Amino acid sequence: MKKILCIILGALMLCSCAAMFSGCGDGVGSAGEVNVYNWGEYISAGEYDLMDVIAEFEKETKIKVNYTTYETNEDLYNMLKNSNVSYDVVVPSDYMISKLINEGMLLELDFNNIPNVQYIDERFKKLPCDPDGKYSVCYNWGVTALVYDKTKVKNTPTGWNALWDESLKGDILMFNNSRDAMAIAMQLCGIDPSNFTKEDVDTAAAKLAEQKPLLKKYVMDQVFTEMETGQSAIAPYYAGDIAMMMEENEDLDYCLPEEGSNLFYDAFCIPTCSKNKANAEAFINFMHKPEVAAANCSYLRYGTPNTKAVDYLDDEIKNSELTFPSDDYIKKCYVFANVSDDVYSYMQEKFIKIQAE
Amino acid sequence: MKSRKLSIPYIVWMLVFTMIPLVMIMITAFTDSSGGFSLEPFKAAFGYTNIFLKSLWIALASTGICLLLGYPLAYIITRLRPSTQRTVIMLMMIPMWMNFLLRIYAWVLLLQHNGPLDLALSLLGIHGSYSNNTAAVIVGMVYEYLPFMLLPIYTVMGKIDPGLIEAAQDLGSNGFQVFRRVIFPLSIPGIISGITMVFVPSASTFVVAQYLGGTDDIMIGDVIDKIFLTNNHIGAAISLILMIFIFVFLVLMNLFGDEEAIA
Repeated sequence: MKKILCIILGALMLCSCAAMFSGCGDGVGSAGEVNVYNWGEYISAGEYDLMDVIAEFEKETKIKVNYTTYETNEDLYNMLKNSNVSYDVVVPSDYMISKLINEGMLLELDFNNIPNVQYIDERFKKLPCDPDGKYSVCYNWGVTALVYDKTKVKNTPTGWNALWDESLKGDILMFNNSRDAMAIAMQLCGIDPSNFTKEDVDTAAAKLAEQKPLLKKYVMDQVFTEMETGQSAIAPYYAGDIAMMMEENEDLDYCLPEEGSNLFYDAFCIPTCSKNKANAEAFINFMHKPEVAAANCSYLRYGTPNTKAVDYLDDEIKNSELTFPSDDYIKKCYVFANVSDDVYSYMQEKFIKIQAE
Repeated sequence: MKSRKLSIPYIVWMLVFTMIPLVMIMITAFTDSSGGFSLEPFKAAFGYTNIFLKSLWIALASTGICLLLGYPLAYIITRLRPSTQRTVIMLMMIPMWMNFLLRIYAWVLLLQHNGPLDLALSLLGIHGSYSNNTAAVIVGMVYEYLPFMLLPIYTVMGKIDPGLIEAAQDLGSNGFQVFRRVIFPLSIPGIISGITMVFVPSASTFVVAQYLGGTDDIMIGDVIDKIFLTNNHIGAAISLILMIFIFVFLVLMNLFGDEEAIA
């Protein structure tokens, strides 16, 4: 009896192997491969009836995509710097792009292979982190904002100081990430978060220490459950994600802080370790096909720099202030600078020590 | 000669995946960003002494509770019929088939405001939120590591010769005396390996405190995780100090029991 079972199982395994190989028979991989290293949950993968972008790319170009993800810019940096992996497309944020450019870790792009850059809004073409626009193609942009529960917050928030509101004691969430948390504190202390020193970090840290007794928790991804299920009253987060939370819980509302907030860009770059540069450019080009960019934008709710893609979006998304904040608001925003390693490391330590005390 | 040949792959494995990384951590811990020798990373690492103490305290508390829960349970299980024993052990293991993060996340939902525990207690008129504090972190850790305490104790207890117990009874010991004079001393090796298997991973764990704790609850594992984003040297120094702490703990445990019990 056991023998028969073994034979059947063995046969099944063989069949499934065969199925795998025949699955490749439609030619995916015949045009080589491309290693994409992106943020987690940062591409439309076929949920909510939206396009499965990677499958679509493989079908169209026959290039096989090896897709892996990271959680922070620093993880990406450490991976590129310290290991022997080869990635073809990476998606760092603004300050990390300047750091990678300064350290000579990015390749210049050949824009002849990326004709779809024609759709990209001029103001996203030469970003401050890549002033000549030679190394990067903007993927998404967005701002940080406040999300709050209307049933719990009595004084409608207007700015970041709502996160220091004594009446919400024990119901406030805060970024568990030194850059975003410190930047908010700096804004309230009148320091420019795009250019700061160690003394400024001390001032901001004192402001955060003042906030700590009022807080419920320092969170990142947990903010989704906390806010969607009405566990907490108010939290700062990325505006695109706030739009997602608001769809899950109608008690939620948002506030773009009057002081302005952090404007961030994530852009496609090709690191020097790339072995498939042409395929990488094909991938970047595909990501900026208007319908593809629109699918990603509908899924992520972060602003797309692709002007043509906007035509494919639902009105609700197109007109959302969270996905596309107004030009007037953007004028008030700042972009993170690439501060020196020394200052950044100091800031990170200070932030941990706030939690430790 | 033959047995030595067989051990070569293991020696190579240990060299590549244990010794070399250890040396690399040491080198990183004793240098600064310019690459020269420096004790700065250790100076900075001692800035986190209070987190070290807190982590060790949480780990000790979790280990203690695991022992208090696991020991009687193991004893009770060994008294059952062999087939029932297997079923109970199986039931204890099933949660471990699930991902560690999912199980911690389940506890977040169980303990949260308006969660099942809150709803049940509110029937008695008690209202509140039970997560986001150190107690919740310890509950999560106990849940996580209880099987690691139970299994070694159960295994050792199951091997106690029933003849010894009968002999003690024949010689006039009552139930308590049998336990104190025969079962307990013979189960010490199990207790020691249980404590080791719970304490070591819980002292260095991370994420649990982030999910279940409040603003104060950060463990040394979380600090290492965060520091490595910006400064490998301090991260390596903290890891090294943690390893020394654990090593000292293992040596202390070694003094109490026979060496074979140490995992």
